Amino acid sequence: MSFLRLFARNKGAVIGLVILGTVVAIAAAAPLLYPEDPWRSVGRPLLPPFENLRFPLGTDMLGRDIAAGIAHGARVSLLIGLVSTSVAVLIGVGLGAVAGFLGGRLDDLLMRFTEFFQTIPAFAMAILLVAIFTPSIASIILAIAVVSWPPVARLVRGEFLTLRSREFVQAAVVIGQSGPRIMFSQILPNAMSPIIVAGSLMVATAILTESSLSFLGLGDRNMMSWGFMIGAARTMLRDAWWMSVFPGLAILLTVLAINLVGEGLNDAMNPHLRGRRA
Amino acid sequence: MRDTTKRLLAATAILALGLVPAAAQGSAEEPRAGGVLNMIAQPEPPMLMVGLNTQGPTLYVGGQIYQSLLTYGQNLEVLPSLAKAWTVSDDGLTYTFTLEDDVRWHDGEPFTSADVVFTADAFLREAHPRWRHIATTYVDSIEAPDEQTVVFRLSKPFSAFIYAFELSSFPVVPRHIYEGTDYRTNPANQTPIGTGPFKLQEWRRGSYIHLVRNEDYWKEGLPLLDELYFRIIPDSASRAVAFERGSVDVLRGGDVEGFEVRRLSGLPDAQTTTEGWEMYSPVVFLQMNLREPPFDDVRIRKAVMHALDRDFIVENVFFGLGEPATSPIASTTRFHSEDTVAYPYDLDEAKRLVEEAGLDAQAHPVRLMPLPYGSQWDRLAEYVKQQLEDIGLVVDIRGVDPGGWSQALSEWDFDVTFNFTYQYGDPALGVARHYLSSNIIKGTPFGNNQGYDNPRVDELFLEAAGAVDLQEAADAYAEAQTILTDEVALGWLFEMRNVTIMRDDVRNLVRTGIGVNEAMDEVWLDR
Repeated sequence: MSFLRLFARNKGAVIGLVILGTVVAIAAAAPLLYPEDPWRSVGRPLLPPFENLRFPLGTDMLGRDIAAGIAHGARVSLLIGLVSTSVAVLIGVGLGAVAGFLGGRLDDLLMRFTEFFQTIPAFAMAILLVAIFTPSIASIILAIAVVSWPPVARLVRGEFLTLRSREFVQAAVVIGQSGPRIMFSQILPNAMSPIIVAGSLMVATAILTESSLSFLGLGDRNMMSWGFMIGAARTMLRDAWWMSVFPGLAILLTVLAINLVGEGLNDAMNPHLRGRRA
Repeated sequence: MRDTTKRLLAATAILALGLVPAAAQGSAEEPRAGGVLNMIAQPEPPMLMVGLNTQGPTLYVGGQIYQSLLTYGQNLEVLPSLAKAWTVSDDGLTYTFTLEDDVRWHDGEPFTSADVVFTADAFLREAHPRWRHIATTYVDSIEAPDEQTVVFRLSKPFSAFIYAFELSSFPVVPRHIYEGTDYRTNPANQTPIGTGPFKLQEWRRGSYIHLVRNEDYWKEGLPLLDELYFRIIPDSASRAVAFERGSVDVLRGGDVEGFEVRRLSGLPDAQTTTEGWEMYSPVVFLQMNLREPPFDDVRIRKAVMHALDRDFIVENVFFGLGEPATSPIASTTRFHSEDTVAYPYDLDEAKRLVEEAGLDAQAHPVRLMPLPYGSQWDRLAEYVKQQLEDIGLVVDIRGVDPGGWSQALSEWDFDVTFNFTYQYGDPALGVARHYLSSNIIKGTPFGNNQGYDNPRVDELFLEAAGAVDLQEAADAYAEAQTILTDEVALGWLFEMRNVTIMRDDVRNLVRTGIGVNEAMDEVWLDR
């Protein structure tokens, strides 16, 4: 069965993909849909949603368009989610591959190092890092990457440990391929599916972490983000619910969609689970 | 829905119940003794020793324990406190205070003129920067000819001197406890001994501060209340709920966020007032570093003033709790002048000025440092950034914590930030400090940190402070205000209007120009 058909067998994953596609489309079209800066006051402050067609989701306390904020926030969320996950996957794959392939002392050392990071509560560490390096988009990406690579490293190490004793790897050793070449051209491609699944779920976690940081006022103060919108609006929840509810829904839907897609990828890529829903 | 109904029912019940006693006793209310008043100390004060710490919550609680020589009315008239009478010589150089008789400290020791001399000459001179400045610049000698009299002799006239005896500037401390000790580490700072109407009973950190009636208070038959509780509730939303539920009777300005003020003011059993801040009259301003581009150019500063809609800021960022400011001197204090250079909201004019200045905005990006005091200040920063970018500046918001803010401002390491300061009744005490070139000093966020330097303004402030004739002072201040607004020494945004919200049966709480910091000896509960 082709990969796509396998994926499509999971209804949730398809729904997730549709939502995610919409979010990506909105993010891509944000500068066209809302060419104005989302920070600009464009209407009467605290305009409720669905009343004025110009501001379908209403305006916030400074008269900023909530819909514009959500569209531009999607860019920030997706950007941070993707970039920080890529960085985390790079670190995790690098360390995990070396540890799993070479084993021995180096493996011990790298795994103790990984565990050291795993013992620190991830979110507390992210807060600390962002606070130290002053909040900016770069420091947030860095902080999220630093707290999220250890699971990847452990996963990749496990894959490498099992794969390195397989015949095709031994064959590669026999024909004299170098260590790095075996790692990256023989083992890594075969370990890709779990990495992709883990990575896709990490994007969701990264978006949540960024939102939480922004909610606490540790976001990049020059970029509109969903977490920031909720953080700024939360105190006025009773007076103007729409200011927090819409960005909240945006986070919920995006994270849910990514999780569904991740689940679908897992089902489709993991041969052991292929019969699960059949 | 159900909640609303319940609340409405409760409100009706309270109204109905409230009407009966009110009707029975008529309009002339007779103060009644007894009762417990619940308030909030937000944030929890580091100590209650007003002589060493003058933060808002310290004054609020400490003002019930410590007292000053004088206090000030809502029109800034001078009122007696520990001093029952005072005279000023015609040349403005000799101030003679007659103290109340039979005042005792909370530990039973008598209060005498020796305590006042110790406070003025030793304690505050060492521990209190504002008093130290006044004492070293103007005071020649402080003497106590007898137990009931204190005489201050000045080296030169200082028209604001009579305003320097307010609680936060001149709390009288007990000599018998502090003389010869290290004031800051004296263990008595944890068990404050004052002359005020209430004594510290218990301070459970993180929970409440409990004060009880001082049975030996020097005002006959007072205080009326038995106990005061200052609850410590770190979360803003919980503070609002505490008031709604009735576990707290008073919300001081700043206890809850601006939008809550609107909602809580509307509760049927709440009363509000904006009075009681006249002595402090905080003015919020934009502080621009005048040492570096782009703000070294007065045209850019004028453009900034034209670019900010101060009515919008007051209405939408601060929920109407303020008045747009037009001058460095608050309209609620003395010597405010209407004859200043005005900057109406006008983006076109602002853009024209930026163009005229020929600013290369990319070469001089501006770091905007919000005041780290909560969400309203963040919104203000966002609004200002947006407006300044509209007129062509490049603005980058750099969030900091309170310590970082204070440090950056104190070390002049900033481009633009917000600040607000108390005015203390007279421009010489609270206003001049931001503009005198002699006050371009590092180490405090409340001096002339922007680096404004104009010899004529220095001259005018000194002339006004030294004037014996009030008209002379007013003329000098008027000219200073014209120059300062023309040169945009600071970007005045608005005068804060703090709202005190209280249960409608609380009486006499806000009576003077220092509001809730005033000794609550005459406060009573009509319940």
